[in-house]
Amino acid sequence: MAEIPKSWNVPSPDGLVKEVDHSPASMGLQKGWMSTTPVEIKPGMHCYAALPKRSKALGMPNPRNWSAMDEDWKLPRNWKEIVLEGMKERLGKFRSFQLFMDICVRCGACADKCHYFIGSADPKNMPVLRAELLRSVYRKNFTTAGKLLGPIAGARDLTLDVLKEWWYYLYQCSECRRCSVFCPYGIDTAEITMMGRELTNLLGLNIDWIAAPIDFCYRTGNHMGIQPHAYKEMMEFFVDEVENYTGVRVEPSFNRKGAEILFVTPSGDVFGDPGTYTAMGYLVLFHELGLDVTWSTYASEGGNFGLFTSNEVMKRLNAKMYAEAKRLGVKWILGGECGHMWRVCNQYMGTMNLDMAKGSKMEEPVSPITGTKFENAKSTKMVHICEFTADLIRNNKLKLDPSRNDHLTVTMHDSCNPARGMGFFEEPRYVIKNVCNHFYDMPENTIREQTFCCGAGSGLNAGEDMELRMRGGLPRANAVKYVHEKYGVNKLACICAIDRAVLVDLMQYFVPEVDVTGIHEMVANAMILEGEKEKTVDLRGEPLPGKEDSK
Amino acid sequence: MSLNDLLLQKRSHIVKKWCDVILQTYPEESQGFLRKQKDRFANPVGHTIFEGIESIYDELLQETESGKISLFLDNIVRVRAVQDFSPSQAVGFVFGLKKVIRKELKSEILKEGIAEEWAAFESKIDGLALLCFDIYTACRQKMFDIKVDSVRRQTGGLLRKAGLMYELPQNEEGLNEGQVNKGE
Repeated sequence: MAEIPKSWNVPSPDGLVKEVDHSPASMGLQKGWMSTTPVEIKPGMHCYAALPKRSKALGMPNPRNWSAMDEDWKLPRNWKEIVLEGMKERLGKFRSFQLFMDICVRCGACADKCHYFIGSADPKNMPVLRAELLRSVYRKNFTTAGKLLGPIAGARDLTLDVLKEWWYYLYQCSECRRCSVFCPYGIDTAEITMMGRELTNLLGLNIDWIAAPIDFCYRTGNHMGIQPHAYKEMMEFFVDEVENYTGVRVEPSFNRKGAEILFVTPSGDVFGDPGTYTAMGYLVLFHELGLDVTWSTYASEGGNFGLFTSNEVMKRLNAKMYAEAKRLGVKWILGGECGHMWRVCNQYMGTMNLDMAKGSKMEEPVSPITGTKFENAKSTKMVHICEFTADLIRNNKLKLDPSRNDHLTVTMHDSCNPARGMGFFEEPRYVIKNVCNHFYDMPENTIREQTFCCGAGSGLNAGEDMELRMRGGLPRANAVKYVHEKYGVNKLACICAIDRAVLVDLMQYFVPEVDVTGIHEMVANAMILEGEKEKTVDLRGEPLPGKEDSK
Repeated sequence: MSLNDLLLQKRSHIVKKWCDVILQTYPEESQGFLRKQKDRFANPVGHTIFEGIESIYDELLQETESGKISLFLDNIVRVRAVQDFSPSQAVGFVFGLKKVIRKELKSEILKEGIAEEWAAFESKIDGLALLCFDIYTACRQKMFDIKVDSVRRQTGGLLRKAGLMYELPQNEEGLNEGQVNKGE
């Protein structure tokens, strides 16, 4: 018979509420946040360490087997020097980093805006405190006051415990930038997290959920490591499915030189449900329009986990888009529904890689169907598919029967990056309202620029950190639950591949009556297609309203 | 005065104290936020707790059970089951009510000679704890299910592609023919 552990004392009613051990004293908070005891790395709250082969493939430092749960992280002997040198280099290179280290006045406006803080109540998830983890080391090593006055000036030494605390909390930030909306100085905590992750990566402290996709992406073309023939076969499977459900056989092309448009989307849409139905939606739309568009098995990934690693890796992975556009001779790039892909393409790609487009046939994107010039995409030559579709609808170029979506009551989750990274609020809503009859927004302080993260952005969409994801996703789920109870919402629409993957988990836990969809899945379901058979099912093979008996 | 009357009379005071006791299970730095931010979307944890225990308290005072208790307990436990608590800490908040009532109503209970009513009421609270245990276990089981489902979904396409997952067509004519083992 198993022995009962000694720690299993019978608790008293008083004890059960008293003995929770994050009292101020146990956390060391009475002495101030800086003197807390070493951080306890907890299972469910962090991601597994990168395998050495990933780091080797990318030429990243210190490849080895290690685990955050181990006492010894197998760091290089001169790790402290490496971090401080790295910090110095980045302070010189990125003015924003220097500025964000200096100008915070600790007003606290950001403190209660982070979804991880709201869901966990862990004070170190307040954006200000998370940033202070780095700032305290910055002050100690790079400011006169910090050097002289130490803790009084909010400065502290970089010790192994501090480093572990950095790492633990840098991977409890999804770089969603909600806090920055409320900062009176415009401090972008996401960029502080990025710098922190770059610094810890110098010691080989990468996580596998990020390192594996970048390794695959760098060598095979996409996050999943899918080779070109498999990518094509998967799409052919969609072609059969679409024909099965609609009676229309779509004919996508791959790596086709001379096409007008190159289409790039996250590989999650091609291989992971329910993103696959969105991919089928793209196929239907392109076919119906007769669009001169090609898919690429080389630029087969819209996502870019380099964004969560370092600016160099991000640049390297992003380069494929222009390289392929140039090779195929397309005029412009159409981008699928993705979150962080659009932060990279909208905010960084132009300055990072535009020189690669020199000598290509790319020009200011013009919709071949409506003639609309996408002036906003003049520099990057890349258009968001929701803008493209919204323009089609506005110009009456799509035959739509929104009643085909009448079994859906829809709300929309603004994905952080398109929302806060490119101010993309109305286009997706305009599309949704034209393809389905029942749409209800969530409360104002949970959408648009104030949108709550899915809880799993910035490479935290692994399985092993599920507790973290549920805590971080709680504010989003709470708002969905509200519209579910008030309006009967049963579908959560989003324009991000990570959202499509992780919101399903979040909904299953908090609001199981609500399912997740991409927008172009609903668009395709509402489209009246040339030569379609009498439709009885949607792209998931599920019966349309009123057709429940005909399956 | 009966215990029920006493509990009704002191309702807001007791609920507030019970709420305080629960909030004390969170880090001190965060308690102010959980207590003061009244917007239910900005502070879902605080809102869920306060709304939940208020309703649970009212339900406990009802003669007949409406079934709503488990709904409100579910809301609270579902949150605490993924927060930084051991299982006993996650569900132990219900015993906070015993603690509060003992402290607040001890002299009245003795004076009115209603110790028996109090014992019965305490049993109700014990029942709540058992219910919480069920809910907590279901929540954790759900987490495991989600992890399994999540892996299946992520690789669903790959499995289909590899021919490892094949759904039989609806029209199964000729199926028997195809199924015959030719090598027999």
